[in-house]
Amino acid sequence: MTLHVELVSPEKVLFQGEADMVVCRPSDGDIAFLPGHTPYLGALGIGVLRVLLPDSGELEFAVHGGFVEVANDRVLVLSDVAEVPDQIDVARARSAKERAEAAISGGDESDETKEALQRANTRLAVAGVNA
Amino acid sequence: MAGGQERVLRRRIKSIQSTKKITRAMELIAGSRIIKAQARVHAAVPYSDAITEAVRDLAAAGAGIDSPLLTPRPEIKKVCHIVVTADRGLCGAYNSSVIRAAEGSMREQQALGRDYSLVLLGRKGEGYFRYRNYRIDEAFTGFSEQPTYEDARRVAAAVTRRFLSGEVDLVEIIYTRFISVGSQEVVLRPIMPLEQEVVSDGDARPAPSEAGAGASYEFEPSPESILDRLLPRYVEARIFAALLNASASEQAARQRAMKSATDNAEDLITRLARIMNRARQDSITTEIMEIVSGAESLRGGTHDTDVPDKLLATTNNAGTTQG
Repeated sequence: MTLHVELVSPEKVLFQGEADMVVCRPSDGDIAFLPGHTPYLGALGIGVLRVLLPDSGELEFAVHGGFVEVANDRVLVLSDVAEVPDQIDVARARSAKERAEAAISGGDESDETKEALQRANTRLAVAGVNA
Repeated sequence: MAGGQERVLRRRIKSIQSTKKITRAMELIAGSRIIKAQARVHAAVPYSDAITEAVRDLAAAGAGIDSPLLTPRPEIKKVCHIVVTADRGLCGAYNSSVIRAAEGSMREQQALGRDYSLVLLGRKGEGYFRYRNYRIDEAFTGFSEQPTYEDARRVAAAVTRRFLSGEVDLVEIIYTRFISVGSQEVVLRPIMPLEQEVVSDGDARPAPSEAGAGASYEFEPSPESILDRLLPRYVEARIFAALLNASASEQAARQRAMKSATDNAEDLITRLARIMNRARQDSITTEIMEIVSGAESLRGGTHDTDVPDKLLATTNNAGTTQG
């Protein structure tokens, strides 16, 4: 038994296929979905979405906010912005991270800066670069 | 004189030919863009379907009864019209039919004693309403051909702010729905408050999670707070869908307009070429006649005393000038 996974952004369907397990991060803490999961609807924060494929491969996406709906072994991830690893501009993410860290160490504690840092970290994690 | 006419015609034909090249190129460009725009319309469907489904599941779980975006206002004093037009012209009646529909709706609302608020998308609509001194609350331009989700989000944010602050009590969008390459229609859809029947089932498509399933959903965080985050996305998705439809329709309208312009140019070229050929033929005939009559009169001049010859020359002359 597998899960049918769809990752859709407003502009297009980013991924569609079968998977053994889906791991994502709602507002607090990771949650994993296996086949037979009870219907679930949650809001996503900024984080990594991991899709474990039946042939033991694994896909990672950087998801910046959105929703996840699970019902009848179907996982639907709605995301405003979601990126696949080869779409991510590592240099840009890194400089964004440095900028955000500099701002935070300089006393900036606004949510925007924290979010920027989290976005950059997520991007780097998905791109497989050591943060 | 006749030669002058020919030159004028030749110049006109040349200019029509170059116009035809332009319209033909625009026709082909629009044609190729329709396909792309159509693909974008289709690509956006899964998201808006999914978000509609999620909203419905939440509503089934009892959330959102008192969400301001879902509650119709008891008294409607001001109606916001989002008018989706193109940035560029040369697309036939595309812009004017949207504008006409918008003005019609505004008149209707005014008859009910409701004020209007205009949110204009596209340079053409902005130009039209600004020239006529309408009160424009907001105008977004520069993306009618290739709208991005970000554009939809900006528009949604602007109208949501107006709606939630109580400035307007109803928001509707007027755009051109893309049915196929051959047919598009101007439609008027309410955006806010969101229709209850869409949210609480009753939509054409049966909900896959049937009765009871909604209640057993696990929500994280609470259904209310998910709905609060979901509804703005829902509004954005609907506006985005409208923008994509409009851009596909714009290209289709432009292709049609440019096709008829190219056809017209072709007709005109054929007609002018005929007139030009006739003019050229006329001038050649006249020239020949002038030469002939000149030669005849010269001959007539040398044999001045020869009476029969002179008679012949004059009859000849009279004959040719008549012909």
